[in-house]
Amino acid sequence: MKNKLLIFFSITACILLFGFAARFPGNSISKKDVELKIPAGFPKPLYDFKNNKISPAGFTLGRKLFYDPILSKDSSISCQTCHQRVAAFAHIDHSLSHGIDGRIGTRNVPALQNLIWQTTYMWDGGVNNLEVQPINPITNPDEMNESLAHVIAKLKQNTEYVQLFRKVYRDTIINSERLLKTLAQFTGLMISANSRYDRYIAGRDTFSMQEKSGLQLFRAKCASCHKEPLFSDNSYRSNGLKPDTSLNDTGRGKVSGLQSDNYKFRVPGLRNIEMTFPYMHDGRFRKLKDVLNHYSNAASHTTTADADITRIGRLSDKERTDIIAFLLTLTDKEFLYDARFADPGLK
Amino acid sequence: MRKTFRLIIGLIILLISQLHSSAQHSTGMLSIAFKHLMDGQVLQLDSAVYKNAMGQPFTVSNFKYYISNIQLVKADGKEIAVPGYFLINEDEEASKQLMFNSIPAGEYVSLHFIIGVDSLHNCSGAQSGALDPAKGMFWAWNSGYIFLKLEGKAAASASPGKIFEYHIGGYKAPANCIRKVNLRFEKNLHIEQKNTAYLTIKVNAAEVLRSPASIDFSTLSSVTGFHNASMIADNYTDMFSIAKPDEK
Repeated sequence: MKNKLLIFFSITACILLFGFAARFPGNSISKKDVELKIPAGFPKPLYDFKNNKISPAGFTLGRKLFYDPILSKDSSISCQTCHQRVAAFAHIDHSLSHGIDGRIGTRNVPALQNLIWQTTYMWDGGVNNLEVQPINPITNPDEMNESLAHVIAKLKQNTEYVQLFRKVYRDTIINSERLLKTLAQFTGLMISANSRYDRYIAGRDTFSMQEKSGLQLFRAKCASCHKEPLFSDNSYRSNGLKPDTSLNDTGRGKVSGLQSDNYKFRVPGLRNIEMTFPYMHDGRFRKLKDVLNHYSNAASHTTTADADITRIGRLSDKERTDIIAFLLTLTDKEFLYDARFADPGLK
Repeated sequence: MRKTFRLIIGLIILLISQLHSSAQHSTGMLSIAFKHLMDGQVLQLDSAVYKNAMGQPFTVSNFKYYISNIQLVKADGKEIAVPGYFLINEDEEASKQLMFNSIPAGEYVSLHFIIGVDSLHNCSGAQSGALDPAKGMFWAWNSGYIFLKLEGKAAASASPGKIFEYHIGGYKAPANCIRKVNLRFEKNLHIEQKNTAYLTIKVNAAEVLRSPASIDFSTLSSVTGFHNASMIADNYTDMFSIAKPDEK
């Protein structure tokens, strides 16, 4: 009898706790959580929150949208399907992007971090403002295959969203501008700046001999494109990869209309590169070793590569290993496990 | 002493409010109607069959465009900005009728505007109203607004379904499609206090397909920005004209 009573109370307690948690999903976001802090040594951000004031409610709504498959046509995939937190919001072990009905896209899912320092977005730089980027995955037939107008219609019929939008904007309007702006509040705050590399630069951590050598080599061979501290110069270049004829992706040429831009792709930032495999715009390399091999050989087997790439020249085994050892210091566990960016459905 | 002071203050307040209200009242209203034509005929979607300069028959299913940065020019050369972005859509009657409530009274000799959206608003992120990307006039893959859409069917078209789709946009060199239009009024336009002045702008869609470039449906049935868009933007820059008062 006593046991039965205990079980009864335990179950009741569980139901109550679960109900409570369901009412307040995820980690609640405070004012402090949404303060924009520019890391030491970082330049002034290029995206301006002036016309998109960050608030705990706005960030919370953006986070819910990011994790909600309601954005896709058949409610099967969300942003996080391809942008996984533990991979700095890249897609672990997937060379090309995935969409509804098992469709496969043509490019590798990029990491989402330090976005407010980017001049343009996507591998080809076709997107000119962080806020309008999500229209691409939402409307791309190989990704969410949905229309903005229909997403808005679905949100308007969802009482939870009606309340969340009202909490942010204090009126009853739900439109694409607000959907996109709250998403930008969430993604814009994804800032990675506390890797071992950052602490080493700040004098708060040490590097091994190998890592020091790797950093030195990196600065000599790679940093003309992968400029510190963001590890990209925001440019578009040809890295000499042989075009994949099954994808026929001409890259930047598609959005600029200039033949001289064909096969150029964004110089990606390298932070958390340990987690963002596979690599390159089409995810053709599974290991950093493959990437380094490519650059080491770029001068010998290609004519399309950027001059900065052919200039790298052959790297010895030791040089390649040292550079990789350095790249691994760019892993930022604080960012990867930041609870603010976790799925609000997970407790 | 105190009484005099109060009186003076009172008078000043009265004077200011008087000035203020007269300033408010010296504005009138302006109604601008857009009348879509295919040469001499009123444009009809889907049903009417037209011919291009090459004699190729076609029908129109969609005709819409942005108008922005409207400026009214007074007789003394002073320009009055009429703010707003307007998506004029043949298929939406209300969109073809613009109403402006507080135009400063005076004599106006011309107006100018751009067809499309200025470069700043092509880069301003998510916007609402006429510029809401959900209106289908925004390119997601290559951020920027589609300034004009002309779509339809032509037997000569080599595209599936015999369709043609001209999506004109792009705010950057080398294919900047922003075009400025300047329209002179034959007779001065009077804007009077509390009165409404009427203006009808005729829009000849036939100009999209001709002069300087004659569009051949068999070789060009789809345009999405870039060089061909810029070419068609040059074509349609002269499609606007002010209707004579008796044409309204």
